[in-house]
Amino acid sequence: MNTDGKTYKKYAAARAKKSPLLKNCAMAFVSGGAICAAGHGLRRLFTYAGLSDDNAGMLTSSALILIAVLLTGFGVFDSIAKHTGAGTLVPITGFANAVASSAIDSRTEGLVPGVGAKIFTVAGPVLVWGISAGAAYGIAYYLVCAAAKGGVS
Amino acid sequence: MTGLPIRLEKSVYIASSASAAGKNEKEGPLGDSFDLTSDDDRFGQDTWEKSESEMQRIALDAALGKAGFDPSSLDAVFAGDLLNQCVASNYGLLSFGIPFFGLYGACSTAAEGLILASLLCGAGAKRCAAVTSSHFCSAERQFRFPLEYGGQRTPTAQWTVTAAGAFVLTDDREDVRCDASVKAIPRIAAVMPGIVTDRGIDDLSNMGAAMAPAAADTLTRYFSAGADPGEFDLIVTGDLGREGSAILCDLIASTGRDIRRNHVDCGLLIYDCDGTDRHAGGSGCGCSAAVMASNILSNVRAGVLKRVLFVGTGALMSPLTVNQKGTIPGIAHLCDITGEVTK
Repeated sequence: MNTDGKTYKKYAAARAKKSPLLKNCAMAFVSGGAICAAGHGLRRLFTYAGLSDDNAGMLTSSALILIAVLLTGFGVFDSIAKHTGAGTLVPITGFANAVASSAIDSRTEGLVPGVGAKIFTVAGPVLVWGISAGAAYGIAYYLVCAAAKGGVS
Repeated sequence: MTGLPIRLEKSVYIASSASAAGKNEKEGPLGDSFDLTSDDDRFGQDTWEKSESEMQRIALDAALGKAGFDPSSLDAVFAGDLLNQCVASNYGLLSFGIPFFGLYGACSTAAEGLILASLLCGAGAKRCAAVTSSHFCSAERQFRFPLEYGGQRTPTAQWTVTAAGAFVLTDDREDVRCDASVKAIPRIAAVMPGIVTDRGIDDLSNMGAAMAPAAADTLTRYFSAGADPGEFDLIVTGDLGREGSAILCDLIASTGRDIRRNHVDCGLLIYDCDGTDRHAGGSGCGCSAAVMASNILSNVRAGVLKRVLFVGTGALMSPLTVNQKGTIPGIAHLCDITGEVTK
């Protein structure tokens, strides 16, 4: 099989066993949905306890982050996530895991060159491009609103 | 002409070999054949890098003990691992005080070390050693994601083996300890360095496909120089995994030769891959080192295997160049090992 690189790459890609897409999607749908439902339950609970809507929402996010970080610390999160995939990655739990796992991994290099420098190794791109996209959206929204009102004030 | 086998004019023997391995490897099919295992993969150390160094120290110490050689009698040690600056080897072998050569050949390092150690033994040195290691926890954080990161692996992904293997070589057959169970002494008859081969694979999760063309190139060159695949009891690659092994057999078949009958891969021998996280099998330069040092060479000594072709295969991947849209070159080094029957 004396093939050039392009042909070989195609051959290798064609014969490679694919990830079970349907199963992964179903698992992500169920687990992601369950996390969001649990989050909603917590929010209702906090509202029932007398918190304002804003505070209940913030506390719900914090609770999910806390749970994800604890599960990461106890070495359980990755065992769950290998089955749930995007279901645990997409909600705030995935972000919490990305930050916590980086911090745990780099603690042997100390607080500054280790944890401090490496904590956002995985989550950093989400922060940079997430915040940038947010800012860009904000500016665009401002300009569109201003134009609708007949000029920038 | 370049790329031909190098036949050792002077006989060089593998006097002893030893291995150390982690928990997953202990639970695998070859678990009982490793000399020392650690149930927490830490080997009593507080960082993963030190744990890997300790594995190398344990493996060489055990190999020297089996051979009955004092470290001061060794002319040189060739050692390598997957970490930047070969730190596992540097620190792990520090206490022996043996002249040291650090190697990087990714998963092919065990074969690379054996080649260089045997050539040095054949060129005037009396005794040399080759040591190689990889550790799942130190390699993952350098090459991929943090250990506790919750991601999904693809079916072609391989699992970095936590293990180390050490080989002690001598140019003197009388040097080799032989008890009643030793029916043959492993002798390195010929070696063939690999040529870096790049066929355009850029998928970090399909190292087998990146390495297989290099393995096919090395084997084809060796067979073209006069060897027949049927002469060998085993053709051992390490570590192409399931994907790379199948591709290698296809590539060799396209040259009119068949290695399906006697080909095995260290990455598939070390784990029971079905239904586990190991997916396409083991990888990492400790994999072939530990499998060769324990299972394969034991079978050569027991007279079960008379001639073995060991092909160490490495994916010379750097996360940096892959992020720069680079491809992953592969390399495969070959050692032809014959069991020389004891008197």
